[in-house]
Amino acid sequence: MNNAAALWSYLAQEPLLWLTLTLVAYLAADAISGRSRHPLANPVLISVILIGAVLLVTGIPYARYFEGAQFVHFMLGPATVSLAMPLHANLGRLRRTFLPMLAALFAGSLTAIGAAVGVAWALGVRGETLLSIAPKSATAPVAIGVAEQIGGLPSLTAVLVILTGVIGAVIATPLLNACGFTDWRARGFAVGIAAHGIGTAHAFRVNSTAGAFAGIGMGLNAMLTAVLAPLLFSLF
Amino acid sequence: MIRALAILLAFQLGGETLARGLGLPVPGPVIGLAALFLTLTLRPRLRETMQATTDTILGNLSLLFVPAGVGVIAHLDTFGRNGPALIAALTVSTGAAILAGVIAFRAVARLTGADADE
Repeated sequence: MNNAAALWSYLAQEPLLWLTLTLVAYLAADAISGRSRHPLANPVLISVILIGAVLLVTGIPYARYFEGAQFVHFMLGPATVSLAMPLHANLGRLRRTFLPMLAALFAGSLTAIGAAVGVAWALGVRGETLLSIAPKSATAPVAIGVAEQIGGLPSLTAVLVILTGVIGAVIATPLLNACGFTDWRARGFAVGIAAHGIGTAHAFRVNSTAGAFAGIGMGLNAMLTAVLAPLLFSLF
Repeated sequence: MIRALAILLAFQLGGETLARGLGLPVPGPVIGLAALFLTLTLRPRLRETMQATTDTILGNLSLLFVPAGVGVIAHLDTFGRNGPALIAALTVSTGAAILAGVIAFRAVARLTGADADE
């Protein structure tokens, strides 16, 4: 009994268990989402639920889990740099769709900010909570910076950003199919604007062209939100 | 693979150094992305070194969001009593933004003759 407790306290402290849990949960989630075509079978969503359940049962605080899993989290940086590859491979198509992308960027970005703040306000959200939701479609580091700048709560924005990505990844395919859009460039680009990296990850799973355009949408919306959101709020 | 990883990290490091050194509002990895993109246009043969590794990373991009995603469960109490309103606002605005983006893209593509994709 004593040995088991000592073993557990060792495993809970070290990254090994949490890294293994993260990879195994993802592989299980990936297998489930590959087999089931249901939109809710999103690999990020399933992994988060599986790991969240383990943490809840074992009483391990999130901070300790993250200490171990941060090696996976760290790879987001190199993954962002990697987006240069599909960007470069699609250079010809990008040149041809410069104007459609510009139009979609402004339409998508303004709708994301405006509808989020508008709906939240209509439902009674006020103050710094309302400001925290404005940059939620931008990628996390940019959204958090914007939230600080306009007087929102950065920790709340971080949660809203991740939820936006998961919601976008879950609703994108059924929504776009129901509305009959078949252009992978347009579909991917719009999802990248509205649902940043998690939307982009979903787009790469569906279609490589959609993935490339989603990566560009995400990058451009990060820059536009950083400029637009503080500008919009300085008007009020 | 190690060579490709070293190149990715070097570009991220360069981007991070520039972003922090000059106090730019753009995240370091995004500057690294732009720098790698420029390098690829000058030296297209670099693609061969990078392709397998970047395909693996981008093909499993979802995995990289899992640790931050678990944090949402841990921080759900930051929502307070605004939870349902915030979820509604996120769902409506994300759906609306996707549709606004697709509709604008398609409309301008039709007008500018960028309609057909080969």
